[in-house]
Amino acid sequence: MRAIFVRDMRLAFRRRADTAAALFFFVIVASLFPLGVGPEPALLRTMAAGVVWVAALLASMLSLGRLFADDHADGTLEQLLLSVCPLPLIVLSKMAAHWLCSGLMLSLVAPLLAVQFDLPGEAIGVLLVTLLLGTPLLSLIGGIGAALTVGVRGASVLLSLLVLPLCVPVLIFGAGAVDAAVSGLAVSAHYSLLAAMLVAALFLAPWAAAAALRIALD
Amino acid sequence: MCSRGARRLFAPVDVSAHAGELLRVQGANGAGKTTLLRTLCGLSQPLEGEVRWRGEPVGQERDRFHHELIYIGHAAALKDDLSAKENLLAACWLGGQQPSDTQVMGALSEAGLRKREHLPARSLSQGQRRRVSLARLALAQAAPLWVLDEPFNALDSAATEWMLGVLADQLRRGGIVVLTSHMPLAIDPALPQVVLSL
Repeated sequence: MRAIFVRDMRLAFRRRADTAAALFFFVIVASLFPLGVGPEPALLRTMAAGVVWVAALLASMLSLGRLFADDHADGTLEQLLLSVCPLPLIVLSKMAAHWLCSGLMLSLVAPLLAVQFDLPGEAIGVLLVTLLLGTPLLSLIGGIGAALTVGVRGASVLLSLLVLPLCVPVLIFGAGAVDAAVSGLAVSAHYSLLAAMLVAALFLAPWAAAAALRIALD
Repeated sequence: MCSRGARRLFAPVDVSAHAGELLRVQGANGAGKTTLLRTLCGLSQPLEGEVRWRGEPVGQERDRFHHELIYIGHAAALKDDLSAKENLLAACWLGGQQPSDTQVMGALSEAGLRKREHLPARSLSQGQRRRVSLARLALAQAAPLWVLDEPFNALDSAATEWMLGVLADQLRRGGIVVLTSHMPLAIDPALPQVVLSL
């Protein structure tokens, strides 16, 4: 399990351009909105949570397609299926490596972007926490979609169609938490729900993705 | 019996291999040799029938089966961005082995890749990539079942000699080798060979 994690991190390090591309996409998309919508602070504060969250979602989608597709193309995916380590654990290691290179980076950059939207400091903190809880969820749920679409023509569009609707609850509670913080309401309920979804996904997603991979390679 | 897409590939096959035996699968291009090998490894499900290892269906005792199996497919299964040494290490770890640095370098040198261990795999030729994936066999004394899809593809005569030696050693240890090859193997005739034609 550690072997796959180390291998994927090494590969991501050697292909830094891919990680940087998703990050730049996130920054650009989130920065275009204030420019397009105008400088009205109240309006920006209202849309901040939604915009940053949707931009994070889309940026994660960019790199998800490659989660299993690269391995499938060079034949290493078959070796993963024949490994002595149980496939769900291997899938979990890959998703973890993916999150460290995409979701974590996005979450750490998000507070800077939130400043453009005139979010109060406390809301920025909530944004960071919800993204740290929600981006692993994107990696996990997206991993199921990536496993289902491996080797399929037009995989990236199909992947977005499959995964984005499943991520809607994450988006609602994540963005909702930041809105609640801006309005001064309690956010603990949102945190609890996000954490519960994360725990459920940690158990179910690797297993589902492993099953999907076996079917895809049959 | 296997199918690919909507086509039934070949007539029902009933074959077994015993310790120390070499099972060579031959047939025309497209006959289904690769599909058969993948079905033996459990990667594909047969339309009808089952695959058994040590008497147990392969899908049930997956853990033990994977410990005892090495499958080297058609593709070299290397990551282009990793060096030959890193690729071989990763492949061994996946297979449950923890070879030492010396063992890995030794295997690569046996495979004829001395001085090229640290080059990224994308800069190796087809034959060299094949050698890297086959180098795993030099470290795989513990795995009794080897399933190899066209192992001699792209190998030059020196590498072919080396591969034949490695296969003979495996058979003498009591292991089983299942492989596809277009031509008969120039292996020690004293070793039992079974030929399956598709």
